[in-house]
Amino acid sequence: MDRRTFLKTSVAAATVGVVAKPYIARAQSGPIRVGLLAPLTGVVAAGGREMVDGFNMYFEEHGGELAGRKVEVIVEDDAANPDTALQKARRLVEQANVHMLAGNLLANTGLAVANYVKGNGMPYFIPIIAADDLTQRSRIKNVIRVAGYTASQFSRPLADWALKQGYKKVATVSQDYTFGHEQCGGFAQYFTENGGQVVAQYWHPLNTSDFSPYLGQLANSGADVVFAMETGADATRLMQQYASFGLKGQIPLIGAMNMTDQSVIRTMGDEVEGVIVAAHFSEGSSAPETQGFVSSYQKKFNKLPSLYGFSMYSGAMWIDEALKNIKGNAEDREAFIASVMKTDLAGSPLGQTVKLDSFGNPIYDVHIRKVVKNRDGKYWNRPIDVYNSVSQFWKYDPATYMKQPPYSRDFQGIKKS
Amino acid sequence: MSTSSSAPASSTPARDGLGKVALIAIAVGVLAFAVLPLLVPTYQVSILTEILIFAVLAMAVDILAGYTGRTPLCHGAIFGVATYVVVYWSQQGGAPVTGLLLGVAAATLVGAIFGLLAIRTSGVYFLLLTLALGMIVWGVCLRWTSVTGGENGLRGSVRPEMLAGHMPFYYAVFAVVGLITFIMWRFVRSPFGLTLRGIRDSESRMRALGYNVSLHLFLAFTISGFFAGLAGALYAMFNDFVSPSTVALSQSVEGLLMAITGGIGTLFGAFIGAAAIIGLENFVSQYTERWPTVLGLMFILIMIFAPQGVIGRVRDLVRRR
Amino acid sequence: MSGLNAFQLLNGLTFAALLFIVASGFTLIFGLLRIVNLAHGALYLLGGYLGYAAASATGSFLVGVLAAMAGVAVCGLILDRGLLRFVRGYELRQVLLTLGVAFVLNDMTLVIFGGDTYTVPTPDFLKGAVRFWGLFYPKYRLFVLALGVVVFIALWVLLNKTRLGALIRAGVDDPEIIAAMGINIRKVFLLTFMLGAALAGLGGAVGGAFLTLYPSADSEILVFSLAVVIIGGRGSLVGAAVGALIVGMLNTIGQVMFPEFAYFVIFGPMAAILAFRPLGLFGKAA
Repeated sequence: MDRRTFLKTSVAAATVGVVAKPYIARAQSGPIRVGLLAPLTGVVAAGGREMVDGFNMYFEEHGGELAGRKVEVIVEDDAANPDTALQKARRLVEQANVHMLAGNLLANTGLAVANYVKGNGMPYFIPIIAADDLTQRSRIKNVIRVAGYTASQFSRPLADWALKQGYKKVATVSQDYTFGHEQCGGFAQYFTENGGQVVAQYWHPLNTSDFSPYLGQLANSGADVVFAMETGADATRLMQQYASFGLKGQIPLIGAMNMTDQSVIRTMGDEVEGVIVAAHFSEGSSAPETQGFVSSYQKKFNKLPSLYGFSMYSGAMWIDEALKNIKGNAEDREAFIASVMKTDLAGSPLGQTVKLDSFGNPIYDVHIRKVVKNRDGKYWNRPIDVYNSVSQFWKYDPATYMKQPPYSRDFQGIKKS
Repeated sequence: MSTSSSAPASSTPARDGLGKVALIAIAVGVLAFAVLPLLVPTYQVSILTEILIFAVLAMAVDILAGYTGRTPLCHGAIFGVATYVVVYWSQQGGAPVTGLLLGVAAATLVGAIFGLLAIRTSGVYFLLLTLALGMIVWGVCLRWTSVTGGENGLRGSVRPEMLAGHMPFYYAVFAVVGLITFIMWRFVRSPFGLTLRGIRDSESRMRALGYNVSLHLFLAFTISGFFAGLAGALYAMFNDFVSPSTVALSQSVEGLLMAITGGIGTLFGAFIGAAAIIGLENFVSQYTERWPTVLGLMFILIMIFAPQGVIGRVRDLVRRR
Repeated sequence: MSGLNAFQLLNGLTFAALLFIVASGFTLIFGLLRIVNLAHGALYLLGGYLGYAAASATGSFLVGVLAAMAGVAVCGLILDRGLLRFVRGYELRQVLLTLGVAFVLNDMTLVIFGGDTYTVPTPDFLKGAVRFWGLFYPKYRLFVLALGVVVFIALWVLLNKTRLGALIRAGVDDPEIIAAMGINIRKVFLLTFMLGAALAGLGGAVGGAFLTLYPSADSEILVFSLAVVIIGGRGSLVGAAVGALIVGMLNTIGQVMFPEFAYFVIFGPMAAILAFRPLGLFGKAA
């Protein structure tokens, strides 16, 4: 980690962490302005707050600077609403004259902003937005998933792992939107191409308060493993109701990483224990970089970091490293984007060296991780297995892969046996 | 407490002719909208564009709320239907002009269907029924993933090349909205519009006079839907994007609030309402992320102190002197 | 498949029981005061958070429930005395004012409690599931079902066997009569408003234990309550019960059988009823 810039000035740190203030356009040589879009109100406000915390934490630890220039992070609330996200992105670009945009949590807000920057070439970094096609079929050159991942990327190694445990029949339950279709699709395609069988798929609307109708069907589906893709409050409810309906002891529950993210499990009890998911990060990993980050985050915010906190932190680090390679010249967008694509990120909380594929999506050593209690009696995710160098295309040839339709409710890549 | 005894849905009827003060006010308003974009930074131009578009939505709401005495909570949905159709059409590679026509037609149709169901009710029930109808549209947009793109919505490229910049687009919208406003003004002053006011003030009397009240209400609803559709189509060009939040209840609520803020039954008040709400939202969100609280407080204060809207309030104050 | 059907039936019933608890408060206020309280969902969520805070602090579910009811009843008092008094008599202004209150309340709960998902802790004897008729069913949901029945009986007794109830019923049918009888109708109105709010609080605490608490839970429960009251009819207890059963069942059926049109399955019938029977199945003209 570069410590030269650290402690340079404590005044600079004061500019960080200020939520949106009126903007004054500055000369090109002034600070680097970063527009951070995060949902600070609405359904996912807690995650949005952690995005801001994680992002700012990086700059606070690094003297409030990006590659030696002062950084000014301008936070805008996207309200988890694509229309608002679009309006705020416009304001950041056209009024606050930012050098880059970063953030957004929900795929719909990210897609709206991506559609906007497609027209104007503004660099836009999306550590949280996982929509497959943004780094595949409809790739936009200036939209890069630094420290992020593609929705279907981690469910393939998980499917492989599940097959190795001897599971043959899976039932999936998932939120009915693209993020869910993609994660389930990755799992279903790999699972069925390698001898498994999908016995049932249930799609429910976001914010389903009552899972009992689906749990009733799951219990009778004949599955020997359940793959669940849930985020936020849905994840809490699914795991809780899964346990209270007595399914927990009966059918093992595995799923997408969002389900056992700290943002979900930190308010939960034993019903989360033993749930297994695949991810690029485990807060319970023994890697020293990870543990260093986890303990300082815990000291600062009094909680274990979630996906939102550590992804934005790592994303900020990625941007920093890339800008250092071009001496902080954020005004030269072409060079900036090229440098981000070339930068390999080492020493980040991810605990591994990560590089981008030619589509702007990182290649990871993917953890199979399990929810266990840590020394303090809190639940966290500990890796139990690892798959090295997993790309968003798995082992498929990218060109061939992208010829198949995007995953949707109707296309899950399921191989008929 | 306000001195006026009028509920938002039945303020004093607007005078038929335009007074001198009103004419000056309109001239100033038109001039402001014509000149302002030349003076402000480009981002503000997009805000002005939005104000014009939402003013049309608020005027469409006003046709029902102000001139028939029926306050709807579904216009965001009707507006959004047009947006959806236009963006969908563009995404499928159709010509933008056809898309715009189809979008407005779809919104008009939805307005007509809602009208058929809703005209039998009035007051709070009308509000609730239109709310429920709007929820259905929202539910369909959210769940009919194969067509609407579900939660993620649809992206298109509706705006033609020559209107790509903020300025040309603004003036195009300015011209269109000016035309629409003129048509709406003629509409509410037409014999048909006068009959609607008669219905608002006393349904039974109009019925006794031999008017077909149901038919008038149905047509008013459909026409209001048509204008909301126009606004929605413009919004599609503005954003090139649509998602369920465009048809959500909050959109209907904001449209209604704009109409109320400007003054129900004043038509042109919609511009003041739209400017106030959108301007305030942009201003407030630079300082705090508690916009929902500010919006809520505004709702509360307006309901208590100025239910007849800003224009109505000013008119009352002027008269009292 | 019969097990599955009985299971889904129970799911619909238990959800209906919660809906009834929340919607009965809504319908009382709507019926007597003519106020469509769009802040009812926000009161539900507030009750849930209060219940969560109190139950976590004391370790007692009962204390949580009581705190939620009391806290939200006080909120109702403030709402009625502090704000609604300024717009008495104007139906639409009241509705829109409560909508504003809902915005403010929700945003404030977000500030105070953050956006994390909370679950009201339940007592140990309600944890786990019981086995009967070959079904494996959570005890807590059965408790909610029983509670719904208890609330129905309690409200029925209150409305039909007490003086206050007689006044409320008279007020629903004709507000002028009791005013003419020389009774302080304001006091009756206020008590009803607080009772209705307390029921929202009760719903929040009870619902928060199995449906969890999160931003936007308020608008979901509000929309369901609206559907219940519109179907059942303003001010009718039986209507609220029947409406809750219909909506609860339709919700389950919709999710299981017509996932794409789940909302349509609930709001379609509601719109139809409103259009053709504007006062609902059990509503009476004022």
